[in-house]
Amino acid sequence: MAPEKNSSDLVLLDFWVSPFGQRVRIALAEKSLPYEYVEEDLAGKSDRLLQSNPVHKKTPVLLHGGKPVNESLIIVQYLEEAFPDTPSLLPADPYARAQARFWADYVDKKVYDCGARLWKLKGEPQAQARAEMLEILKTLETELGDKEFFGGEHGFGFVDAAFAPFTSWFQSYEKLGEFKVAEVAPKIAAWADRVGKRESVAKSLYSPDKVYDFIGVLKKKYGIE
Amino acid sequence: MSEPVKLIGCFGSPVVHRAELALRLKGVPYELITEDLNNKSELLLKHNPVHQKVPVLLHGDRPAICESLVIVEYVDEAFDGPPLMPADPLARAAVRFWASFMDKECRESMWMALWTDGEEQAGAISAAKANLTLIEGQLPDGKMFFGGDTIGFLDIAVSGIAHWMEIFEEIAGVRLLTEEEHPTLYRWAREYTANQTVRQCLPDRGRLLAALAPSRDIFVSIAKTMSAHK
Repeated sequence: MAPEKNSSDLVLLDFWVSPFGQRVRIALAEKSLPYEYVEEDLAGKSDRLLQSNPVHKKTPVLLHGGKPVNESLIIVQYLEEAFPDTPSLLPADPYARAQARFWADYVDKKVYDCGARLWKLKGEPQAQARAEMLEILKTLETELGDKEFFGGEHGFGFVDAAFAPFTSWFQSYEKLGEFKVAEVAPKIAAWADRVGKRESVAKSLYSPDKVYDFIGVLKKKYGIE
Repeated sequence: MSEPVKLIGCFGSPVVHRAELALRLKGVPYELITEDLNNKSELLLKHNPVHQKVPVLLHGDRPAICESLVIVEYVDEAFDGPPLMPADPLARAAVRFWASFMDKECRESMWMALWTDGEEQAGAISAAKANLTLIEGQLPDGKMFFGGDTIGFLDIAVSGIAHWMEIFEEIAGVRLLTEEEHPTLYRWAREYTANQTVRQCLPDRGRLLAALAPSRDIFVSIAKTMSAHK
């Protein structure tokens, strides 16, 4: 991920495998916005990160002309509003926007935390996390329906960008939870293949194997096995 | 456009209040359908199958819009009337950030501060007060509201602090928001609850206290669960 010439004064403080950071990378790519990518060491956070996000001290952080914007979905909406002449991820109609916000919020509330419980827990609590993950996938399957993208008529949209990074975690969830996304939620599996081929997504995500290795690192760090 | 607007809510909910206030500030007439959350209606379950929660906004024949802050942004965008969100993209990002902070860290810390005990409570009280200081810092200098001279998105998002906090404090016997420690936020709370439009959809204090007080044990056990999941 070589740094590109940055004429729009955008800097992204990020962590390579973070699905939240990847949402922002996808949005920036969809909008063809050049930016400087800065890899943060989460074990030794930079002063710039700590000053830009003093409340959460988390990545991703977008700096625009030095001014910070925090929280991945908030950053994506910021890019929509600060760069209105770029391809949009949110539709113009208020009702469609509300539905997109609702489903992006759903992904935000549910997917990462449930997935984390899959690798952190064992026994009954892990089984509960598994059951919940299946329910999440089925719920999203119902919402996707027969649409090519969650964005529907709009095309690849806000919810697609919000959920796409987690497609590289599917393989890990499958291994940990002993299920197949293609069996539980075939439309979601097909959607995952489609978005995976999209340039903005392909160049922002890491391979499922790398994600699985990363979870192994996290497990060691938390003393789990 | 005068398609009917219905709001499914319940008595005393701070998130239903958010949706109601947004509608009132934009001058949108609506019908309030009150739910008993111990006995959820078919209507609620049909329109919010995902979360089964209030508020739920029904605008004409459109499928429901759920989640209070999503509803507030929708009402702001779909109807004419004074804007609730600021115009500048950075300011919009900031109010969304602080609204999200309110709903996650701030609410959690306040809950733990109210309903735990001993050392855990002491730590939670510190954290909750620090969070109130952060929220207080978002009030623009010399202005009455987070939205400036008028109530805006962030006022609506943190309105729980203005009215519900005090009632929970009374039930718990814990003070979090005091004039001494948070003078500007304290003053904001008074201005907010005195506002004419707010008062039209603010649950009566006495009735709210009577409704919430019996649930003290439930609040404590929720805090225990939250603590166990940390």
